[in-house]
Amino acid sequence: MAAGAPDGASSKSDIYAGNGPRLMLPVWVFIGLFLLLPVALMGVYSFLTKEFRGGVIWDFTLTAYDQFFLDRGLFGDDPAKIEWTYIGIFWRSIWQAGMATIMCLLIGFPTAWFIATRDAKTRSIWLFLITIPYWVNLLIRTVSMKFLIRDTGPLNEFLMWSGVINEPLGLINTNFAVQLGLFYSYLPFMVLPIYAAVERYDFSLSEAAADLYANVWTILRLVILPVVKPGIIAGCILVFVPSLGAFLAPDLLGGAKTFMIGSLIEEQFKGNAGNWPFGAAASMILLSIVMAVLLIYARSQTKGDK
Amino acid sequence: MTSSDIAIDIDNVVKRYGAFTALHGVSMQIHANEFFTLLGPSGCGKTTLLRSIAGFEDVNEGAIRLYGNDIAPLPPHKRPINTVFQQYALFPHMTVTENVMFGLRRSGWSRIEAATRADDVLKLVQLSNFADRKPAQLSGGQQQRVALARALAPRPKVLLLDEPLSALDLKLRQAVRVELKQIQRETGIAFIFVTHDQEEALTMSDRIAVMSSGHVQQIGTPREIYETPINRFVADFIGETNLLNVTVQSVSEGTAQVILPSGHPFSCPAATVNSDGTGHLSVRPERIELCPAGGGDLDVKVESQVYLGTDIQLHTRVADGEKMIVRLQNAQSTILPEIDTVVGLKIEAGAARLLAD
Repeated sequence: MAAGAPDGASSKSDIYAGNGPRLMLPVWVFIGLFLLLPVALMGVYSFLTKEFRGGVIWDFTLTAYDQFFLDRGLFGDDPAKIEWTYIGIFWRSIWQAGMATIMCLLIGFPTAWFIATRDAKTRSIWLFLITIPYWVNLLIRTVSMKFLIRDTGPLNEFLMWSGVINEPLGLINTNFAVQLGLFYSYLPFMVLPIYAAVERYDFSLSEAAADLYANVWTILRLVILPVVKPGIIAGCILVFVPSLGAFLAPDLLGGAKTFMIGSLIEEQFKGNAGNWPFGAAASMILLSIVMAVLLIYARSQTKGDK
Repeated sequence: MTSSDIAIDIDNVVKRYGAFTALHGVSMQIHANEFFTLLGPSGCGKTTLLRSIAGFEDVNEGAIRLYGNDIAPLPPHKRPINTVFQQYALFPHMTVTENVMFGLRRSGWSRIEAATRADDVLKLVQLSNFADRKPAQLSGGQQQRVALARALAPRPKVLLLDEPLSALDLKLRQAVRVELKQIQRETGIAFIFVTHDQEEALTMSDRIAVMSSGHVQQIGTPREIYETPINRFVADFIGETNLLNVTVQSVSEGTAQVILPSGHPFSCPAATVNSDGTGHLSVRPERIELCPAGGGDLDVKVESQVYLGTDIQLHTRVADGEKMIVRLQNAQSTILPEIDTVVGLKIEAGAARLLAD
């Protein structure tokens, strides 16, 4: 709070800083209606009883969470053991999303660096080119990727024609194919925040480091990466979070063994065969994981700034 | 003078950017233990020359020697030369101590030695109490001193300073000038200081190189540069001067006989003369005395007075339309002429110089 402002009253400077209570009202209404309310509804649904043709019965129960974590046998009367199926799917999702994030970072950082170091005119052209694929529907792009990398697709045919390989790589329906799909889907979310950070980077810092006996790699490690870190973290979060809940890439590019949490949730709400409370419970668990990761990150940031 | 007394030897250095030539065969020698200033207007090549010494620019021709060794092929991180950058370029994610230790750790100092050295250098610039702060938590003057400490810590053979005072306000700038000069004397290494501020250059430097459009115009002590400028550019750029167009009658043994715009003959030291027999008579405003009309070297009409505190400036005009500025001390005894009156001006003997373009 600004020094000198009387308690409970907003000073003029608060209003100009965007903190006036009435000015904030639309934001709070929007967040309440479209963010807090849906999440609360999902939380409530996760404790309800499923209705067989989809939908819920208003009977409060822990069945959905019980089903997620515990295995009570086919008829539900065996002694409870840990149910590994869904935990396994969660773990695989985290792994796949993590790999996709790493791939995005490895390609995205040099790309963002390249764009940010062009002159102002060419920069906007490169940025435009990066965003062009996003005018095409995600489903279409993912299907195209499937056609591109399948055994009889152009990639394998070209490699076999040129003699690099003798038989198809067998990329489709693998974990790698899913990672590739996620990577392709979310690459700009990595490039854009890193670009924004690099564009603000003061290159005289690199000169100062070189002047103080640092070689190129030391400059990258000790100066550039720490200074543009906020952009890198933002990019990683923007890629990791949607990758974790993605269902198009695993559905279209993966097989039965690459089933991810997004597909699991999707199935619970599709058609008449679903289980809304179970889907809601899985969503709540996913949300908790994501929130935990973000909180740990935020905590580590405030500690670092002290 | 032996080669061990020359810290930096700049030998006929040429730097081109495409069709534009930033340095036209620049040569100068900077002595060990010297406060040397590169002075000139923006675009004169002084920063390019400094960046060439640091290694950020490759020169097209010529050599740059550090105590006799050609350093032109070395990248910046292999030159034992450090720089204080214009906007300081402090690492924002590191504390003051970490900033100062950066160069030490990269050049092979152990953590303990580096920490001790950082303490010492921070003491030198009086920042010991701020060792654990981040640069953003410091004032401009404190940041400037961190930049100085960081560059001094690895004991460079030469320290380069790229207009380090330009971001400070006037009072602070004047205080830092004195400090900087003192630190240079204490550390005993050559400082090469770039500035466009002639007052800064005059007050701090042992020697000054005045540059314009990629050429060195004159190298000398502040007194030499101010009192015996070699051409019109130097006279005009350093301090304030009156430049009168005169006709040269004869030059012998460094003394010229010229005709003033008033028609009076006048003799003065001649530095340089144009080939067509014309020249500029440079007269510093403080080297002129007032006298009754007709009693001096030339008569002028007073147009306006400017009050400067310690001095009062008279803007006057010679009969042929040229302007003359006269500076009078703001003392009780000074009698100011009325505006629009005609007064005589007496130029102090030996204070005027004949200069070519």
